[in-house]
Amino acid sequence: MTPADRRAVITGVGAVAPGGHGREAYWDLLTAGRTATRRISLFDPAGFRSRVAAECDFDPLASGLTPQEVRRMDRAGQFAVVAAREAVADSGIELPGADPERVAVSIGSAVGCTTGLEEEYAVLSDGGRDWLVDHSYGVPHLYGYMVPSTLAVEVARQAGAEGPVALISTGCTSGLDAIGHAVQLIEEGTADVVLAGATDAPLSPITAACFDAIKATTANNDDPEHASRPFDGRRDGFVLGEGSAVMVIEELESARRRGATVYAEILGFAGRSNAFHMTGLRPDGREMAEAIRVALDRARLDPGDIDYINAHGSGTKQNDRHETAAFKRSLGQRAHEVPVSSIKSMIGHSLGAIGSLEIAACALALRHQVVPPTANLSTPDPECDLDYVPVTAREHRMDRVLSVGSGFGGFQTAMVLGRPSERRGEAA
Amino acid sequence: MAEFTLDDLRRILRAGAGVDEQTDLDGEHFADTAFADLGYDSLALLELVNRVEREYGIGIPDGDLAHTQSPREVLAYVHAKLREARV
Amino acid sequence: MSASGIRPGRRGRSVVTGIGVVAPTGIGAARHWESVLAGKSGIGRITRFDPTGYPVRVAGEVPGFRAGEQVPGRLVPQTDRFTHFALAAAEDALTDAAADPATLPEYEMAVVTASSSGGTEFGQHEMENLYQQGSSWVGAYQSIAWFYAATTGQVSIRHGMRGPCGVICGEQAGGLDALGQSRRLLDTGSRLVLSGGTDASLCPYGVVAQLSTGHLSAEDDPARAYLPFDAAASGFVPGEGGAILVVENAESARARGVPSYGELLGYAAGFDPTTDGTAARHTVLVSVIRRTLADAGLTPDAVDMVFADASGVPAEDLAEARAIAEVFGPGGVPVTAPKTLTGRLYAGGAALDVATALLALSAGVIPHTAGLGRPAPGCEIDLVLDRPRQTDPRTALVLARGHGGFTSALLVGAGDRDALKR
Repeated sequence: MTPADRRAVITGVGAVAPGGHGREAYWDLLTAGRTATRRISLFDPAGFRSRVAAECDFDPLASGLTPQEVRRMDRAGQFAVVAAREAVADSGIELPGADPERVAVSIGSAVGCTTGLEEEYAVLSDGGRDWLVDHSYGVPHLYGYMVPSTLAVEVARQAGAEGPVALISTGCTSGLDAIGHAVQLIEEGTADVVLAGATDAPLSPITAACFDAIKATTANNDDPEHASRPFDGRRDGFVLGEGSAVMVIEELESARRRGATVYAEILGFAGRSNAFHMTGLRPDGREMAEAIRVALDRARLDPGDIDYINAHGSGTKQNDRHETAAFKRSLGQRAHEVPVSSIKSMIGHSLGAIGSLEIAACALALRHQVVPPTANLSTPDPECDLDYVPVTAREHRMDRVLSVGSGFGGFQTAMVLGRPSERRGEAA
Repeated sequence: MAEFTLDDLRRILRAGAGVDEQTDLDGEHFADTAFADLGYDSLALLELVNRVEREYGIGIPDGDLAHTQSPREVLAYVHAKLREARV
Repeated sequence: MSASGIRPGRRGRSVVTGIGVVAPTGIGAARHWESVLAGKSGIGRITRFDPTGYPVRVAGEVPGFRAGEQVPGRLVPQTDRFTHFALAAAEDALTDAAADPATLPEYEMAVVTASSSGGTEFGQHEMENLYQQGSSWVGAYQSIAWFYAATTGQVSIRHGMRGPCGVICGEQAGGLDALGQSRRLLDTGSRLVLSGGTDASLCPYGVVAQLSTGHLSAEDDPARAYLPFDAAASGFVPGEGGAILVVENAESARARGVPSYGELLGYAAGFDPTTDGTAARHTVLVSVIRRTLADAGLTPDAVDMVFADASGVPAEDLAEARAIAEVFGPGGVPVTAPKTLTGRLYAGGAALDVATALLALSAGVIPHTAGLGRPAPGCEIDLVLDRPRQTDPRTALVLARGHGGFTSALLVGAGDRDALKR
């Protein structure tokens, strides 16, 4: 089979998200338009500029992890493993199956095991007193927190995978890029099954402080439930979130052979970098538009074929305008015709993880034919003039959807998903 | 109460955001050169604001210096803040 | 074209046209190669902090690296040392390749680096500010200097590379995975990729975290601390630095009229899911080597030398030796580990090994593994000791394993560049 014949499909979805346990609670939250943002409880946010976040009510033991797994993994690892188990159960696949070498893992994360790393730092440095941190207080798995690759290792062990295992870390596009990497592995023939997704648990003082320092996060502390306001004129920065989505991505024919139910096919993806600024975006959206154009080209689709756009929609003025410009630049008139929404309005911005949660939302949207809304959008920014599906979910006929991401470092990624019946044209 | 001079501004910029080889912070036109022309972007200005706030014990509300163009404007703003703090 | 942009037909050829090195063996490919041939070690007592109170006191530090001279001044306080190294190495690699990014299509150039622990020292400083002084003492650059994508982002900005940039974390195997990814990008529309990896985690928290693996050598004598495949092996020595390579498709290199050090002939990656890090399982490595050869369309007899992962942890050395012997036969291929001169460079290690292998192919020499005494019992491999072998090797297999089970291999073949233009 040639790469173009090896098609990558999603057959299982697992999610650990703010506002509910598992995939179904996640979808309920999104379609109800409920927000999971609140005053930070995972640490004392007093003294911080931004004191709001979307937190997961996550009990690792109740989620099926063993005490040793809980000790060994930091929060981001726990999220990923729980999401992976749900995805595998959902897909009905037996892993590692007959050939573990054909099972791969591709997990994205922007900040890795920061939470564990910081907690241990606080102890080893005795509250920041000692530059020469005291190794005698080191926990056995300390190095596992130092390297983000641990997150992919943990998922790989769950699956018994012996194929390629990667941790992709491209800031806030990590999730999309990790899923894109999985598609590459399937198309090139390296793997038949990939557990792919992303995880981040950045709700710790050091991450909150670094976003405070650049005033990227919201200072709207008095009204946490309405603090994440993508495309709204009253937005003032993003709201940090946390979570993980992991998906079972399979080669279509082998998925069919075992009778799997397919959520969606990944029809095309592409990444571009703006080479402009580590955090800044050019208002014209040029590189994101190019990523969208190439993703459509690879999917052999035209702008008119796109039925819904799952936006990056972080809720910073800079992003929302950049992105709106990119949609118009790449899709032309179609940008004004399709619904566009940002689920960050409900579950915040979980950095590298969010791309995986957004792809999970796209897969669910295709299955249920419902567009999740942009919550809190009551006074639109006049410069953001598309149909952002304010407040209420919408039933909508969708065959193909576009999801985009934008990350620190200049990364811009676009991915196109289609309903399982949507075969690409045969012409190359 | 500490004074805030152009030299303090240079020192803080050097420590916080560095200096490119082609930039001359000690040149005679420093005070009136746009930050962008000195090689400093929005992050550099945020770092400058954070450091001035900490070192001089003043609060600089969000956005106050976001559109500041030149070192002289920062100097005037911080002087005013320091006067406020004295009374 | 496929969803990921793979075009129909055969995979194109990927060649390496430029090498940038920042390593304990020296800054610049020429100085590094001289050290390798001379067996000159860059390992010594740690000077970047006072190691007196720690059980590990030696490491491979980059000598004479002055960020102020090798990195744009503005970026010195804005980025971590691992990014400084990469900026310097990338600049060097582009110069070496005679490539001017301003003259190449912006969307057809990309950066893919490996990262192991990100801006470790920068992060420790900022956490110190946070815990000593409070949250408002954390600087604006923490948001862009600490994370794993810092290097790729800065290098892409510096050289105007707007293609599909990426970051792969596979601990010490990541350097090979980044190069494997560069080949995928060249197959999907890119023409030039800066790829490789650097690391600079020789700060107290970085080294203390590494201690928890139990794999670092507590030996104080720099000449005795890192002796892979040796009867006296006692773990490994950490190091800093790495390499960035210019990887190009062969047509692009030909169009520019530049020679290449060599070609990326084959690559494969696998994972050892056993939870015991010293389980000495060699089967995954055997399979990865065989898949790499299959990817290159070659048989074991086509491999002229192997650059071993050379962990220095006896059980892991034994597993690697068994794997090599199983694929190539006992003593069936010369095996070397010049990394005994640098220590293990984490994200930079495998990238530097590939650079060394390419330099060796260009020079027609198998560099030796300096400093070893008596081979460990059971390691049935032809380890190149004492002095380089002038055998005109045409191919080199580079092996790398990373913490947790990462296992990767890359096969490189000789190019048409026979000497360093320096």
